[in-house]
Amino acid sequence: MPRPVIFGHATRLIGQGIRYASKFRGGGSAFPGLFMEKLDPGFVERELSALPRGVVVVSGTNGKTTTTKMAVQLLESQGLKVFTNRTGSNFVRGVAAALLGEMNLKGELDADIAVLELDEAHAVHFVKMVQPKYSLLLNVMRDQLDRFGEIDTTRKMLTQLARATTGTVVLNREDPRIRRISQDVEEGTEVAYYGLSEGLRSRFPSDDEMRDNRTPQQAENLPEASVALTSFEGTRTHLMIGDREVTTDINLYGIYNIYNAAGALALTLEIMGEDADEAALLAELSKVTPAFGRGESVRIGDRSLQLLLVKNPAGFRLSLASATGEDYATMITINDEYADGRDVSWLWDVDFESLQHGGVDVVSGTRAYDMALRLEHDDVSVRAVNTDLPSALDEFVRGSGDKPMRVFCTYTSMLALRRELAKTTEVADIG
Amino acid sequence: MTEKTLKILQLYPRDMNIYGDWGNVLSLSRRAHAHGLATEIVDYNPGDIFPEDFDILVGGGGQDSGQTVIQDDLHRIAPVLRSAAESGAPMLVICGLYQLFGNQFTTVGGEVLQGIGLFDAHTVGSEERLIGNIVIESEEFGTVVGYENHSGLTYLGDGVERLGTATKGEGNNLDDDGEGARVHHVIGSYLHGSLLPKNPRISDYLVRHAAERKFGSFEPAKIDDSLADRAREVAASRPR
Repeated sequence: MPRPVIFGHATRLIGQGIRYASKFRGGGSAFPGLFMEKLDPGFVERELSALPRGVVVVSGTNGKTTTTKMAVQLLESQGLKVFTNRTGSNFVRGVAAALLGEMNLKGELDADIAVLELDEAHAVHFVKMVQPKYSLLLNVMRDQLDRFGEIDTTRKMLTQLARATTGTVVLNREDPRIRRISQDVEEGTEVAYYGLSEGLRSRFPSDDEMRDNRTPQQAENLPEASVALTSFEGTRTHLMIGDREVTTDINLYGIYNIYNAAGALALTLEIMGEDADEAALLAELSKVTPAFGRGESVRIGDRSLQLLLVKNPAGFRLSLASATGEDYATMITINDEYADGRDVSWLWDVDFESLQHGGVDVVSGTRAYDMALRLEHDDVSVRAVNTDLPSALDEFVRGSGDKPMRVFCTYTSMLALRRELAKTTEVADIG
Repeated sequence: MTEKTLKILQLYPRDMNIYGDWGNVLSLSRRAHAHGLATEIVDYNPGDIFPEDFDILVGGGGQDSGQTVIQDDLHRIAPVLRSAAESGAPMLVICGLYQLFGNQFTTVGGEVLQGIGLFDAHTVGSEERLIGNIVIESEEFGTVVGYENHSGLTYLGDGVERLGTATKGEGNNLDDDGEGARVHHVIGSYLHGSLLPKNPRISDYLVRHAAERKFGSFEPAKIDDSLADRAREVAASRPR
């Protein structure tokens, strides 16, 4: 039954009031959304369905936040007004909260299109309310398995998202579980791919290939990619758009982030179609900066410190492979809070041998001793083990010489490190 | 003196390798080195020539889809596995392969996967997943810590020895406090984490029986386990 308009209006104003008030309390970005969800359950559906160019959902295990951020910037470079759940609160109620924040007091959402980051489980709920016009599916990796059970379960959730998509589903061609989703989309829904050149493919081992010495997927069996990453030296990145090679600079840490840029570009090209302004897109790609905790860098005196979020074996391995260990002072912080995943056995599926030369300066987090034990098994020397994060960070900064610093950190340990760093240095607002 | 070498067989690493099963092989190999023994690690995947001269077998868990893939092959090599077990070859099987080393596994969808019957045990799939940190007490190995994540409920036949008794977490099933199973020198368990790095006494057991079986004797070395001990203490104290 539709709610009386006047009541919906009042509810929204109250919701906006709560959002405004909760800004001063800090954090809790989903709370006003929870309020709206209870009082006006049709709110999110109604607002998003009214957007002229529809809704885009970005999902997958790794790289959602940075990829969503890139897709938003790319679409904005094309002159679109984009609504997104910027705070990384990738729940339906987080979307409701973000909507409240973006509306004017008349209750109008001034946007052409919405680009939403949703994790797999929440995407399943979301598409029951709103059918996305586009979806971008990044990967299925071993992550938070204690929450979702098994990789195959995660793939099924993403399949539901793909089946609910009405326009185009953009798939990572190099992830076999994602590629196979092409067989499940509804008739009339288009499928597009982004991919890697053959030369780069071996640098992205999938979980399946981790202990599998067979040659990776033969190129001739793969569908054509609308955007393919062909090579990169430092930030200089070469991509194929169809059969044309283009070059741009991408200032992101790690090859996986650069690959996700190819995904965001493929998505944007699908959305813009004939109207795409390619020069503007490539120029915008060079302006992309890392999302919060995804390789963001802070200055401490005249040294830099990078926070590198790690949450699953493939991501950790790629992150390690992205730089030479000896060039950095290294700290690793492993927490096992609910948001990190309680199970730390995934650390055993990461090879740490690349750290043998430089060693690790400090290991911290609730599971510091598990991490130290893991490093010992790969003959990596560890200077200090300290479960207390603030003092461990201090120890790291003071005792690690003058090299640039990097911290591989799980999610909640990253939040704790940011809080510590914010006391003495400029750290971007979490939002 | 020629170097004594133990051949460690990793069973189905391609299809049955999740939650850090590689950690068990790595840890076992290092433990053998610490005891003065060399190791050779051999992978066995479906269709390969089975290395019958293995000294220790380690097998892991997998997705349900992985279990289906390896099923036929497992039955092909079952006679060799059974005679090796009967002659005292040490083995460690976790999760999915623990289930298939039993008599049968009835999935939640009603499909029956026949096991190889090394353990007199059967497993029934359930809707509920048993997930979380787990601590068990074992007569032979003392306190054993790990992480369980399974939807199969395993029931041991009468007289089958358990690996230990769960003091935190569920273990084999929801009805009794038993965890894992033992027969000859074969250990089955739901614990990953990985199991062996934090529980070196189990590694010692596997290495000792392999060495005694192959060389007739075993001289244990004194090994500093302080890091593993700290990691165990922390793991045991964490929320489920």
